[in-house]
Amino acid sequence: MRRTIHLILNGRPVEVEAEETANLLDVLRADLGGYGARFGCGLGQCGACAVLVDGEEQPACAMEIGAVDGRSVLTSEGLGTSDAPHPLQAAFLELQAGQCGYCLAGILVGAKALLDRNPDPSRDEIAKALAWHLCRCGVHNRVLDAVALAARRMREGAPA
Amino acid sequence: MIPAMLAANPRLDRWVSFEPGGRVRIAFGRMEYGQGIATALAQMAADELDAPFASLRVVPAATGDIPNEGLTVGSMSIEFSGPAIRTACAEVRALFTAAAADRLGCDPAELDVREGAFLRGGQPAGLDYWSLAAEVDLARAPTGAAPLKTPDAMRVVGQSEARLDLPAKLFGRTFLHDLILPGLRHARVLRQPSPGAKLASLDEAAVRRAVPDVDILIDHAFVALICETEADAARAHAAAEAAARWEDVRAMDSALSEPAALKTLAHEDIAAGAPPAGPSNRRRITAAYGKPFLSHGSLGPSVGLARFQDGKLTLWTHNQGVYPMRALAARITGLAPEAIEVIHGQGPGCYGHNGADDPPIDAALIAIRRPGRPIRVQWRREDEFGFAPVGTAMLMELSAELDASGRLVDYTAEIWNAPHTGARGTAVAESALAGYVAPARPFQPVLPDGSRFTGGVLNATPSYEVEATRTLEHLIETPIRASSLRSLGGAPNTFAVESFIDEIAESVGQDPLAYRLAMLSDPRARAVLIRLSEMCGWAQRWEVGTGRGLGLAYARHRSHGAMVACAAQVEVDAEVKLARLWCACDGGLIVNPDGARNQIEGGMIMAASWTLKEQVKLGGSGVASVTWDDYPILRFDEVPPVEIELLNTRDPQPFGLGEVSQGPVMAAIGNAVAHALGARIRDLPMTREKIATALLA
Repeated sequence: MRRTIHLILNGRPVEVEAEETANLLDVLRADLGGYGARFGCGLGQCGACAVLVDGEEQPACAMEIGAVDGRSVLTSEGLGTSDAPHPLQAAFLELQAGQCGYCLAGILVGAKALLDRNPDPSRDEIAKALAWHLCRCGVHNRVLDAVALAARRMREGAPA
Repeated sequence: MIPAMLAANPRLDRWVSFEPGGRVRIAFGRMEYGQGIATALAQMAADELDAPFASLRVVPAATGDIPNEGLTVGSMSIEFSGPAIRTACAEVRALFTAAAADRLGCDPAELDVREGAFLRGGQPAGLDYWSLAAEVDLARAPTGAAPLKTPDAMRVVGQSEARLDLPAKLFGRTFLHDLILPGLRHARVLRQPSPGAKLASLDEAAVRRAVPDVDILIDHAFVALICETEADAARAHAAAEAAARWEDVRAMDSALSEPAALKTLAHEDIAAGAPPAGPSNRRRITAAYGKPFLSHGSLGPSVGLARFQDGKLTLWTHNQGVYPMRALAARITGLAPEAIEVIHGQGPGCYGHNGADDPPIDAALIAIRRPGRPIRVQWRREDEFGFAPVGTAMLMELSAELDASGRLVDYTAEIWNAPHTGARGTAVAESALAGYVAPARPFQPVLPDGSRFTGGVLNATPSYEVEATRTLEHLIETPIRASSLRSLGGAPNTFAVESFIDEIAESVGQDPLAYRLAMLSDPRARAVLIRLSEMCGWAQRWEVGTGRGLGLAYARHRSHGAMVACAAQVEVDAEVKLARLWCACDGGLIVNPDGARNQIEGGMIMAASWTLKEQVKLGGSGVASVTWDDYPILRFDEVPPVEIELLNTRDPQPFGLGEVSQGPVMAAIGNAVAHALGARIRDLPMTREKIATALLA
């Protein structure tokens, strides 16, 4: 059924006319101008499209838009900007944690979800939390270091 | 001497020019796809010009805007594009220095450049590149007379400058996948299940029931579904898949998934190296190693856009070279190259010839039949796995003869593989068009010495001093579309050679490190192996068969590039767990140390994944493994800590580093697993089943 869906996207209330069963990733990219979630597999297997729905990490490619009606959705674009980066983005830049960068948007929001529930994760805990995210360039160690660095900065009071 | 890439694109202003506002425009023909090449080449340019690094603007790649350097492949950008951009900048600096000397009425030798401004006797001379730009004509060829800097004079080369492309990848919209042109339509291609398959029928009414306003394009066996939204295109495509009947579909034998099956395929033979060994009474050892078909596994399925208007075709691609894309599109569409413009955008890492060339060609074929509005074709995950080229499987049968002291004196590698660059210059859509004729021979460039380059014998012989070595390559007719994958045959060959060296050392009761060092006199190579052995604690290596293993391996990339040694520590029970990896690398002059480490480590992780996990499964009408569940790769919780040391980093000669670490790390893991188990796995990947088989053997 086509209807108006209301959601809070990256902190701003938005509404969109869509079939309830339309794919969240499709609607984000095609109708809401959200490019922070990227298409990777369409099956929720790679993490490139990860978003936070009410703070919980979800593959946008495996969700219907109707399921986020009245809820908040965060993509990597809601984290920070180049002028005011989120501590995670700042740490990824500082440690050059990326090569092609296609996986990074999903990893950033996955890391945010982790730090929201565990501000001082061990390396193993970060690795486990990100384990469903695939990275093909092999920047895993840099990503683990960057998440740990951001966590430390946030514990020390860096604004997130 | 003028570097080849500069000689091919001699006009200096094609490479460098000065823009208002104190900017330097730098152009080169290499594509950035996350390997950091734009940053590294800009660093080399900044040094030769003595211009501030921050003043450089790297021109986005597009035909006409950048020099033609062909494909960005083979880890050759630093070695080949580097000298071209450096020489161009040195020539430009010399021309400007002469112009400044003219103005000042002094000898050019009295002048120096700092941060883009001229100094005379160490004092500002009141002139800079920008104030002189109007009077220096850069539309000219290089003279070859301008000297290049030596490493001690370089200020920017050797610094870990931050990657120019990375911020956009963290903050927003930068990938070609994000480009939505005004008036765009989305299309999907109903792919021919296999080359030569014929479309018997398509129930178009069924497709229109799913998406009433779909534009269905059918030309011979090329079928496209064109819609206003991507979601509609996906729906129409799914409906068309169910509503199409194909004939003459290939039945793929799943047994061909295994490297040993390559021997059953038709092949031609290429022999090289020493003449065949005669009979001897020396001790002889043989072993066979296998590496299956591998997927590039790019994280983002490929995308391409095309617009055909007023006889002109514009393509948007994230492939490995805009000029080769123009040539490919010209050949397939019949348009003149001059009628085609190609614009490059950022894409997911490709690691060689993945699917990136294909969607732009799909889009071009549609756009030419539907002129006006731009067409965007986004491949699905199953298209990227199923129709992009794969890296060829390899079977490597090795044979060694030892003298009385146990030293390796005669070495033969017999290799079965498809040409590693075989699908270059082709698109998967071609075979669906009327009148298609398969190329007589897969793409194999001819080398200056007249031999054909197949990629199959790279690093096929040991990187040690061995009296006689030879290769016999059996170039098979590939059962599946195969093309360049990062390192081509180099890494699999190094896996085989360096596993074999450990087996030989063991058979003569010698320590694997000592056995290697005894055959290696080059001090740089020895330094690499010795440093690695210190890093990994080789002297404390424990007895064999404890379930914990330490292994090492060494190779000189393509026999003349970087010298690289890797070590691996593993724990093996049901599966192989990587505990630590190490790498010592003499890559000569290091342009960007952080970038070099990133490339080396990325190569190690990718190759560890190849070694332990990856295998393309054939079956059905082609590739059967089309999801990440069918094709697992190494994950965050399986990646070990990695330690890297760069040696000899101010040597004048730089080597490419994107493909150098894979082979040594594969063999190091194999040797570590053999040390842990007391049994060797020669057939990749080293899965649970292979471990069980090796222990029972």
